[in-house]
Amino acid sequence: MNKNKKKSPLIRILFDYIKMHRWAFLVSVVCIFFCVVGNIAAPLCLSNVTDALNRYIVDKSVTYETTVNEILSYIYVLIACYVVSICGNFTYSQVTAIAGQKYMNDLRRHLFSHMEDLPIRYFDRNDKGDIMSVYINDVDTVRQLIIQSLNTIMICFITFVSVLVMMILFSVYLTLIVLVGAAAMIFVTIHVGGRSSKNFIAQQKMIGRQEGFVEEMMIGLKVIKSFCHEEESKKDFDKINHELQDVGTKANSYANILMPILGNIGNFLYVLVALVGSILFVNHIPNVAGLPENAEMSIGIIVAFLPMVKQFTNNTAEISNQVNSIAMAVGGTSRVCQMLDEKKEIDDGYVTLVRARYDENHNIVECDEKEQTIWAWKHPHSATHDVTYTLLEGDIRMFDVDFAYNPDKVVLHNITLYAKPGQKVAFVGATGAGKTTITNLLNRFYDIADGKIRYDGININKICKKDLRRSLGMVLQDTNLFSGTIMDNIRYGKLDATDEECIAAAKLANADSFISRLPKGYDTYITNDGGNLSQGQRQLLSIARAAVNNAPVLILDEATSSIDTRTEKIVTEGMDNLMKGRTVFVIAHRLSTIQNADVIMVLDHGRIIERGTHEELIAQKGTYYQLYTGAFELE
Amino acid sequence: MTKNAVSKKKKGVGYWQIAKLLSKSVREYKTSSILSIVFIALETLFECLIPYVMSLLITDLTKLDNPDVVINERQLLIKVLTYGGILLAMAVCSFACGMISGKISAKASVGFATNLRKDLFYKVSSFSFHNIDKFSVSSLVTRQTTDITYIQMCYMMLIRIAMRSPLMLLFSVIMASVMAPSMAWIYAILIPILAVCFLFLIVKAVPIFNRVFDRYDELNESVEENVRGIRVVKTYTREGFEKKKFFKASDDMQTQFIKGERLLALSNPVLVFFMYVSMLFIIWYGTYMVLQGSVQIGQISALITYGAQILSSLMMLSMVFVMISMSTACLRRVYEVLVEKPTIANPEHPLMEVEDGSIVFDHVFFKYKKDAERFALSDVNLTIRPGETIGIIGGTGSSKSTLVNLISRFYDVSEGQVLVGGRDVREYDIHTLRENVSMVLQKNVLFSGTIKDNLRWGNIDATDEEIKEACHIAQADSFIESFPKKYDSEILQGGSNVSGGQKQRLCIARAILKKPKILIMDDSTSAVDTKTDAYIREGLKNALPGTTKIIIAQRVSSVEDADKILVMDDGKIVDMGTHGTLLRTSPIYKEIYDMQNRVGGDQR
Repeated sequence: MNKNKKKSPLIRILFDYIKMHRWAFLVSVVCIFFCVVGNIAAPLCLSNVTDALNRYIVDKSVTYETTVNEILSYIYVLIACYVVSICGNFTYSQVTAIAGQKYMNDLRRHLFSHMEDLPIRYFDRNDKGDIMSVYINDVDTVRQLIIQSLNTIMICFITFVSVLVMMILFSVYLTLIVLVGAAAMIFVTIHVGGRSSKNFIAQQKMIGRQEGFVEEMMIGLKVIKSFCHEEESKKDFDKINHELQDVGTKANSYANILMPILGNIGNFLYVLVALVGSILFVNHIPNVAGLPENAEMSIGIIVAFLPMVKQFTNNTAEISNQVNSIAMAVGGTSRVCQMLDEKKEIDDGYVTLVRARYDENHNIVECDEKEQTIWAWKHPHSATHDVTYTLLEGDIRMFDVDFAYNPDKVVLHNITLYAKPGQKVAFVGATGAGKTTITNLLNRFYDIADGKIRYDGININKICKKDLRRSLGMVLQDTNLFSGTIMDNIRYGKLDATDEECIAAAKLANADSFISRLPKGYDTYITNDGGNLSQGQRQLLSIARAAVNNAPVLILDEATSSIDTRTEKIVTEGMDNLMKGRTVFVIAHRLSTIQNADVIMVLDHGRIIERGTHEELIAQKGTYYQLYTGAFELE
Repeated sequence: MTKNAVSKKKKGVGYWQIAKLLSKSVREYKTSSILSIVFIALETLFECLIPYVMSLLITDLTKLDNPDVVINERQLLIKVLTYGGILLAMAVCSFACGMISGKISAKASVGFATNLRKDLFYKVSSFSFHNIDKFSVSSLVTRQTTDITYIQMCYMMLIRIAMRSPLMLLFSVIMASVMAPSMAWIYAILIPILAVCFLFLIVKAVPIFNRVFDRYDELNESVEENVRGIRVVKTYTREGFEKKKFFKASDDMQTQFIKGERLLALSNPVLVFFMYVSMLFIIWYGTYMVLQGSVQIGQISALITYGAQILSSLMMLSMVFVMISMSTACLRRVYEVLVEKPTIANPEHPLMEVEDGSIVFDHVFFKYKKDAERFALSDVNLTIRPGETIGIIGGTGSSKSTLVNLISRFYDVSEGQVLVGGRDVREYDIHTLRENVSMVLQKNVLFSGTIKDNLRWGNIDATDEEIKEACHIAQADSFIESFPKKYDSEILQGGSNVSGGQKQRLCIARAILKKPKILIMDDSTSAVDTKTDAYIREGLKNALPGTTKIIIAQRVSSVEDADKILVMDDGKIVDMGTHGTLLRTSPIYKEIYDMQNRVGGDQR
C-alpha cells in the first residue's frame, strides 16, 4: 500500500496492468520483436539486392545466373522474416486487444465495487458530477493509455532501438546525423507540444465555463423567454463563445503544426543523409561501421540507410504524438487512483441479526427460515464464550450524543432521546439544525463522536453494520428508484420477496391502485429515476419498498415535502399503514403531518430546545408554537 | 412502442441531409477550409515528389560504378548537390505548406464549431415552450458542448486526413505508374483487394461499437443511479446486489468490446501483409527488370516507398471512416435541434401595445401534443377584469399552470381563444405581450451575477430606488440589507446561496420591476412563511392597484382574500367564487381547506 503511494498513478496503473496480464504482456513484447524483424529485414535485403545488381552491372564476370540465385536467396530469407513478422503482428494485436479490454473490465469492476464499499462521508463530500467523471472521462484516458499509447510506444521504442543498432552497423557517420535530427525533433516536441498542451488545458477550462453557462441558460430557458431576455443571453453567449474560439484555435494550431515540423525534419534528414552519403561515396572516404564489410561506403549502404532514416524519424514523431494522450492519462489515472485509495467503510460489528423462534421454555433459539417466527440479535461474548439472544424490537436510545462532520464544527450537542418500540418521534427545525444528521447516526452512516446509542439495549457500535441497516427502513424525500420494473423496485427492499409479498406491500402503501392502472402494471419499466411517474407515485413506490423490507424501525426524512396537499392525503394514508407497530423517526416540513407523534423534538443549531407532544408544545408557546402559527420560516 | 417508431423515423434522415444542414454553419470559414485543403494538397504533392527526386539521385550515383557511362566524379558531385538542393527546397516547401495548412485548418474547424455552437444556441433561444418540452435540459447541454467538440474533431479530420489520404493515394499511384509503369500495375490489384478487406472490417466492427457505446452509456447511468441513491443502497444493504448487477453488465460489455477490438486489430496485420506482398513482388520482379535493363535500381526503392504510402493512406482513410461513422449519433443530435421549428412566431402586423389587464378565456381547449388523447384544458371560459385578484387552487395535474401559460402565449390554444386587453394574444408582438404579462414561474431560476443584475432582468433601466421599492413589496429588502454587500451580493449559479424562500421573493421582485399590466404568480410563495406571504399580497394590492394579479397556490390562506377563486380539477374549472361561497358550495375546496386546517392550519 505504502509502496504504491510513492509511485506516480500513471506508473501504478501501468504496472498493475503488466502484473495482471503478465503473460499477455510478455507475449506481446516478444511478438513486437518479431514484427520489427520484418521492418528491419526489408532494408537489409534491399541493400543486398541493390549491391548484387550493381555488381552485375559493373562487373562483367558476374553471370546472370549467380546474380539471380543470390537475389532469390535474399528473397527467401525476406519471406521467412515476413512470415514471422506477420504472425507476430497478428498475435500481438489480438493479444493486446483482449488483455486491454479485460483490464478495462477489471478496472471498472474494481472501481465500482470499491465505490460501493466507501462510506457515505465520501459521497457527501464529493460532487456527484466529479464521481461520475471518473467513470466517464478518467477511465477513458486509461483505455487510451493501455490500448493505444502503451502499444505505440512499445512498438516505436523497440523499432527505435533496433533501427539504431542497424544504422550503427551500416554507418556511424550517417547515424550521428540522424541522432542530431532526432534530438532536434525531441526539442521541437517539448517546445511546440508543450505550448499545445498548455493551450489545451486552457481550452478545457474554457469549455468548462461554456458548459456552465449553457447549463444555466438551459435550466433558465423558460425564465429567459418570459422576460424576453433572449438577446442579452445571446450577447453573453457570443462573448464566451469567442473566448473559447481563440484558445481553441491556438491549441489546435500548435497541435496541427507539430506533425508537419517533425515530418519535415525527417525529410531534411533524409536529404542530408543522401547528400552526405553521396559525398562520402564519391570521395571514397572510409566509412566507420559496425560491420566490417561496410568499411567502404557503397550505394547499397545508402539505399538501405534511407528507409531506416524514415523509420527512425517516423517513430520519433509517433512517440511525440502520444504526448497529449499521456498528459491526459496523467490526470485521469491520478483521479482513478485517488478513488481507489479512499478508505473503505469498516464493519467490525459482531452482533448479528438471525432468524429465531421461541423454544418450549420461552427461550430464543436460532432456527432456519421455515420455523422462524421472530428476528433476534445474536451477541457473542468474547470474554465468557457464550452467546446471548435478544429479541429484535426496535427500542432506540441515545445518550448524550455529540457529533461533528468536521472536528472543528460540532453539529449535534448532547442529544438524548428514547424511542420505545412502536413510538413515533418527530424532529422539527430549520435546515442545518441537525435533523437528518441524527438519522445518519442511527444507521451508522456516520459514527458518533461522543455518547452512546443503544438498539434493543445493544451498543450499535457492536452491531454488524449490514444487520443494523437491515433493521432500519427508510423513506427519503429523494425517492431514488432504480432502472428496472416496478416489481424490481419494490423487491429492492427484500430480494427474496415473492411477487405476492411485493403486491401486498404495494397495497399497504396505497400504491397498488395506480400501479394496476398502468398499461403494464407491475412490469412497467422505470428509467431515469422514475421520470415517467409523478412525484407522488414515486414516493408511494419507495414506501412500498420500505414496507416489503419490514424493518421494526423506520426513518421518514421529508418524505412528503414535494407532494401537493391532495396527493399527500393518499401518500399519508400509505405512510400511516406502514408506521403501524413500528418505531418511527419522522422529519417533516409540514407540521400537520407530525401532530400525532408521541414526542416532537424541536432542534436548533444541533441542540434539542423543546420536546413534548403537540399539545404540550403549543401550550408552551415557544419556538414550536411560532413555527406552527406561521411566524417563522422553515428554510 | 412509440419510442421505436420515433427512432425509425429519425433513422430515415440521410447523412447527406445532416451534412448539408450542418455545413451551413461553415460560413466565413469557407475560404479557410478550402485554403487548408489546397495547402494540404500541396504538402502532399511535395511529399510525394521527394522520393521521386531521391530515386533520380540514387540512379545517378549508380552510374559512377558503371563503366559504360563516362562521367567523372566532379560532375557527379555537382549533380548530387543539385538534387540535394532541389530536395531541400521541396522539403522547405512541404514544411511551409504543412505549417500553413495546420494553422488554417485549426482556424477553420474551430471557427466552424464556434458558428455551429452559436447557431444551436440561437436556435434554442428561439424555441417556444412547446419545443423546450421536447428536449431535456441535460440533452440540450450535451448537444451544445460535448457533441460540438466531437464534431469539431471530425471536421478537422475531414479537411485534413480525409483530404490528405486520398490525395496521397492518388499522387503515389500516379508517381508509381510514371516511374515504373511496368511494375506499378501490382497496386491496381492490391488496392481494391485491401479496400474490400477494410470495408469488410468496418462494416462488421462499426455496428458492434455503436452497440457497445450504447451499453456504455447504460452502464454509466447505472453508476449514476448508485451514486445518487447510495443512501438507499446502503440502507437496504444492497451493495453486493448492485455489484453483481454491475459486474454482469461490465462483463457483458467486455465480451462485446473484445469482439469489436479484435476485428479492428485485424486491420494492422492485414495492411502489413499487403505491404509485404507488394514489396516482395517489387524486389523479385524488379530484379528481373533491372537485369534486363528496363528498370533502374533507384526506381525500385522509390516504388517501395510509394507502395507503403499508398497502402497506409488506405488504412488512414478507413480509420477516418470509422471515426465519422461513430460520430453520427452526435451529428444526428445536433441536427435534431437545428431542424426543430419554433412553434410560436410573431404575427405579420403585430400589435405593439396592450390596452389593459383584462383577460378572457373563450371556450379554450388545449392539449400539449396534437396526438394526445386527453385535453389538458377543456372548455375553459373565464373573464377577468383589470385590477382584479384571482386565486387558483387545485391538485397537481389539474392544469393550473397550463391555464396561466396560455395568457403570456407560452403555448397556443388548440381551440377557442385567449384575449388580453380585448385582443387575441396571437395578434400581439410576443415581446410586447410578455413585457406586459409578468410571470413568476413555478420553477424559479436566478442567474449567476449580483442581486441587482438579476433584478434588472425585469427592467434594464431600473433605478436603485425602483429596485428597492420592488424588493420592499416582495418583502426581500430586509434580508438583502442584511448581506454585507447588499444589492451587489453575488448570487451563485442556480441561486444556491440563498434559501428557497429568499429565492422566491427575489423572483417576485424581479417580476414586479416590469411594472406589468398582469402579474401571474405560479406557486411562488410556497417556501415563504404565511406571515410574509400575507405582507407580500398586501404590498401588491397597495403598490399595483391597476395590475391584474393571478395567484396559483397550494395554501388556501394564500388565496382566500382574492376577488375570485378558481378551483381546478382535471383540466376544468369546477368551481369559482369567493372564499366564503366556495367553502359552502365546493366540496374540493372544502376538502383542501379542512386538510390544511386539521388542527390549526398547514404550516407550510
